[in-house]
Amino acid sequence: MMALLHIFIFPGILFLVLAGFTAEFIDRKLCARFQNRIGPPWFQPVADFIKLLGKEEASVDEADLTIFKLMPILAFTAAASAIFSIPLWGNKALSIFPGDAVVTLYLLTIPTLTYFLGGWYSRSVYSMIGAVRALTQLFAYEVPLLMVVLAAALFADSWSLSEIVNFYCRHPVYVFSNFLGFVIALIALLGKLEKVPFDIPEAETEIVAGSFTEYGGKLLAFIRLSLSVEMVVASALLASVFLPWGLTLHPVIAFLLTLFKILFIIFLISLFRSALARLRIDQMISFCWKYLAPAAFVQVLISLALKGVLPR
Amino acid sequence: MHDSHDVRIPVGPQHPALKEPESFIITLRGEKITSVNIKLGYNHRGIEKACEERSYVQDLYLIERICGICSHSHSTCFAQAVEEIAGVDIPPRAKYIRTLIAELERVHSHLLWLGVAGHEVGFDTLLMYTWRDREVVMDLLADITGNRVNYGINTLGGVRRDVSPDQAKAVLKALDILKKQTDYYVEIATKENTLINRLSGVGVLKHEDAVRLGAVGPTARASGVNSDVRKDDPYAAYGELDFKVITDNHEDVYGRTLVRVGELYESYKIIRQVIERMPEGPLTQKFPRKVPIGEASSRYEAPRGEDFHYVKSNGSEKPERVKVRAPTLANIQSVAHMLEDRYLADMPIVIAAIDPCFSCTDRMVSLKKDKQHKECLTWGELRKYSIAWHKEHGFDPDVLNLKYQRGLKS
Repeated sequence: MMALLHIFIFPGILFLVLAGFTAEFIDRKLCARFQNRIGPPWFQPVADFIKLLGKEEASVDEADLTIFKLMPILAFTAAASAIFSIPLWGNKALSIFPGDAVVTLYLLTIPTLTYFLGGWYSRSVYSMIGAVRALTQLFAYEVPLLMVVLAAALFADSWSLSEIVNFYCRHPVYVFSNFLGFVIALIALLGKLEKVPFDIPEAETEIVAGSFTEYGGKLLAFIRLSLSVEMVVASALLASVFLPWGLTLHPVIAFLLTLFKILFIIFLISLFRSALARLRIDQMISFCWKYLAPAAFVQVLISLALKGVLPR
Repeated sequence: MHDSHDVRIPVGPQHPALKEPESFIITLRGEKITSVNIKLGYNHRGIEKACEERSYVQDLYLIERICGICSHSHSTCFAQAVEEIAGVDIPPRAKYIRTLIAELERVHSHLLWLGVAGHEVGFDTLLMYTWRDREVVMDLLADITGNRVNYGINTLGGVRRDVSPDQAKAVLKALDILKKQTDYYVEIATKENTLINRLSGVGVLKHEDAVRLGAVGPTARASGVNSDVRKDDPYAAYGELDFKVITDNHEDVYGRTLVRVGELYESYKIIRQVIERMPEGPLTQKFPRKVPIGEASSRYEAPRGEDFHYVKSNGSEKPERVKVRAPTLANIQSVAHMLEDRYLADMPIVIAAIDPCFSCTDRMVSLKKDKQHKECLTWGELRKYSIAWHKEHGFDPDVLNLKYQRGLKS
């Protein structure tokens, strides 16, 4: 009974959907304010979702309909299930097992793969180019992201998110050693969420909407929802690994604190999004491999060195 | 040439990168462009032909509607040609008012372009900011002429509305705001790394190529071609004003951005001078209803480059022939050259960098089926057909040929 409650109500689907809508609203509103616009009202993401649900569905004749229709659902499921190993209101998550950090990271990679498959099997040139770009980009940002989470995990000597959080709560000052990692993870997150300057797979002025060009109606609604949920879950992951302060306080306060951290990360994403221009795919790849990956490697070295020096 | 690795992607006639319908069929290998096939003609409205059926005054308003952005350019260019045939010299105050509107139009067009360029490289914040500031100019234009887009201030023999001292003051006040904002855009354009990365080295047009392909306006000036009709062949009040022609040697989209931003400053300078030096006097000169027989061509530096109008009069109230060559037609040839061997991601900004106006450009050639009994003609057949057509209409191209050969001999 409790398990069902966790899955469907909190912190499962219902909470995530609401948080996703709120995150999308905050992102859009902040971006609008940065751009000197008024921005949408608070219910706009919900209204968009309901409107899309009522729309007719269409697809290309040659499209593989099974995969085309399955992928948005899969993306949403994968993004939503990643929440269960992230500690939100204490130093213990709902599901703790050795290696849950790796599982969470990979669950967050699945949406990108589904966007690739969905785009590829839409059989439209724009979707196919967008799909290939999404996959190319994945190889560029995924390695640095994995490496900086690895660095934090190495320091804490555990592959479980709850253990990592526990360790940093015992030694709050050690968190500062991961500052470089936080910056790298944030940049990689922009790639994961396909936000400017890394919104190359859905570059509107080049390939219309990339992988999502042929999607419409309910399927598009689910894709957008899974992107929002992914934003919340990935921000929560970053918050728990790189900003794990205050999680040992009273659960309600700790939870509010987590929400505030997620908000802060969304704020940074919106800021980047409105202050930068979109890069080209070759520039993005060379940036990730020339600067981001070596920096992530430096972070791993820092963590290893400190682990040997500092008391545990 | 086309093997299985090539992907053909249609950009247009309907595509988010294009503001008007035009077709660019792009062949891609990976992310690289191997060839571009440009098709014009989706916007053809037959304005040149329609002009022949209307009186000169009606034509002025029709010509103004060729383009929504540089409407004043076309109407002034046409009015100048007709005034030249009629031998009417417009009053000095009218010249200054035409110059004022022309420069305000250039400011709003360049600000619009800056926003579009930002949007094409995914920098929407720039779009929102420039278009907000563009409203300042639009409000001025609405205040002075009564319209935001098709100003309708020109008439044959002068202008239709005066600029009051209050309006002149409002223009000067707006200039201060615009200048401050332009300083900010210069700072963005020279410091924001992602923007510079996307613009520099993209859409390279070498100086020789710019000359060979006949590029005009900011596109040519960014390749170091020092040509500006306002300086080379002054019209309206430009001969009496002090301003510089902005050129740049970057030869790429970044250079074109710098040229346009530099021209904004020059325009502010010109507008200030126009307001200060505007002479008193009448606004119009009496203009005859029937224009005497003759022909004239007129050049005008539109925001996008040299605009060219040719008008031929047969002595009636309607023109015999009107020919418009908008700047985009001169620049479009260079686009295919600029896109060769570039990335797909550069395509929108390279096309946008010439500031294309496709509705200005679209032309159509149709062959009458009953004459030749076929729809496709070879170049030779088309030439023969053209010579025969001209002979039928009382003009012998052979005479021209003889004159030309005599000229070669002497």
